[in-house]
Amino acid sequence: MLNVGKIEEGYVLDHIQAGKSLTIYHLLHLDKTDAQVAIIKNARSSKMGKKDILKVECPIGSIDLDVLAFLDRNITVNVIRNGEIMQKEDLILPREVRNVIKCKNPRCITSIEQGLEHIFVLSDATKGTYRCKYCESNPPAQ
Amino acid sequence: MRHLINPLDFTTDELDRLFDLAADIEQHPEQYAHKCDGKKLATCFYEPSTRTRLSFETAMLNLGGSVIGFSDAASSSASKGESVADTIRVISCFADICAMRHPKEGAATVAASHSGIPVINAGDGGHQHPTQTLTDLLTIRALKGRLSDFTIGLCGDLKFGRTVHSLINALSRYDGIRFVFISPEELRIPDYIIEMLREKQIPYKEVIRLEDTIGDLDLLYMTRVQRERFFNEEDYIRLKDFYILDKTKLNLAREDMLVLHPLPRVNEISVEVDDDPRAVYFKQVQYGVYVRMALILTLLEIEKEN
Repeated sequence: MLNVGKIEEGYVLDHIQAGKSLTIYHLLHLDKTDAQVAIIKNARSSKMGKKDILKVECPIGSIDLDVLAFLDRNITVNVIRNGEIMQKEDLILPREVRNVIKCKNPRCITSIEQGLEHIFVLSDATKGTYRCKYCESNPPAQ
Repeated sequence: MRHLINPLDFTTDELDRLFDLAADIEQHPEQYAHKCDGKKLATCFYEPSTRTRLSFETAMLNLGGSVIGFSDAASSSASKGESVADTIRVISCFADICAMRHPKEGAATVAASHSGIPVINAGDGGHQHPTQTLTDLLTIRALKGRLSDFTIGLCGDLKFGRTVHSLINALSRYDGIRFVFISPEELRIPDYIIEMLREKQIPYKEVIRLEDTIGDLDLLYMTRVQRERFFNEEDYIRLKDFYILDKTKLNLAREDMLVLHPLPRVNEISVEVDDDPRAVYFKQVQYGVYVRMALILTLLEIEKEN
């Protein structure tokens, strides 16, 4: 069993679908921060079989976690302070996500217009579905 | 400043006011002949569409305004690689209002977000064509006297037909509408529209044979099977003649049923039907001009000034 040390302050993102941790690492822009990050892949999970985990040592509130709900609502966000889990943060679906994923519809204006942001807007909060702001197509599967 | 990008951008109350204005224009065209004196409409058509472009241009000319623009991408700066955002910023310096057709879906949304003048979506690929929907609604209201309590059959390509999807969305906001979807299995209405109707508890049924249902209809909306929507030529050839409305079928319909079609018609309505008083698709074109006149006045907020 692999052991990774506790963090003092930051987040533990648990129940990430196995193999998706690096994608989330990049989408949270963790590659652009000085935060210490542990990426644990294919950890054993009674619930999921195997899962990924991200441990991020950083000040609370310094990373924008909204995008996680868009990517996978099953991810658990544990907020760590003084080495202890302070709370499990509920993921709230963001009203829109910008430049997280690209619209794959070849007929969409985003496929040719220079400098245009890729924006997906929440269309049904109950179902958690999003649509491209421009062509209204559903986002590609992650 | 408002734009028209999606047929649902206007509430039903706003549509009522728009259609009242269009009806008044129909009755008193001379009173509107100078409402847009000194105003310019830019028709920015990145793909050819003679009918829609001429309808917009006629509407503006009828209001006393003038028209500038281009009728295909090759004669615009798009051929030099200019973005839609830059084009509309430039056009905003020349004109007072813009009607834009573009082959890419969402182009009008991009234009509206960078424009200094009202933008009308005159068709963005297979996505939206709101002024066609307004035309359809005005035609129904003018000739049936209401936009509620009727059974409408939509026949032909219900899978790819954007005019059909927009019309269903628009009509689903009115009371007492019953839909009959008449199509071959390959061109049936998309599931997301069926889901929307179920959620709103709007009655609908799907049938394959037009003859089985034409007698139940107050309105029949015919559509063309469009070659450009098919990847496979064989599928297009197999399905293009699936429905042809001829006199024999029309004889099964009620005396007051109306036949609408967004045009252009290829062969899905036999020419022998054209003289039947129930065939109103050419009147529809005239209502398209009235509704575009009303739309230009509304977006330019001219009726408030005078």
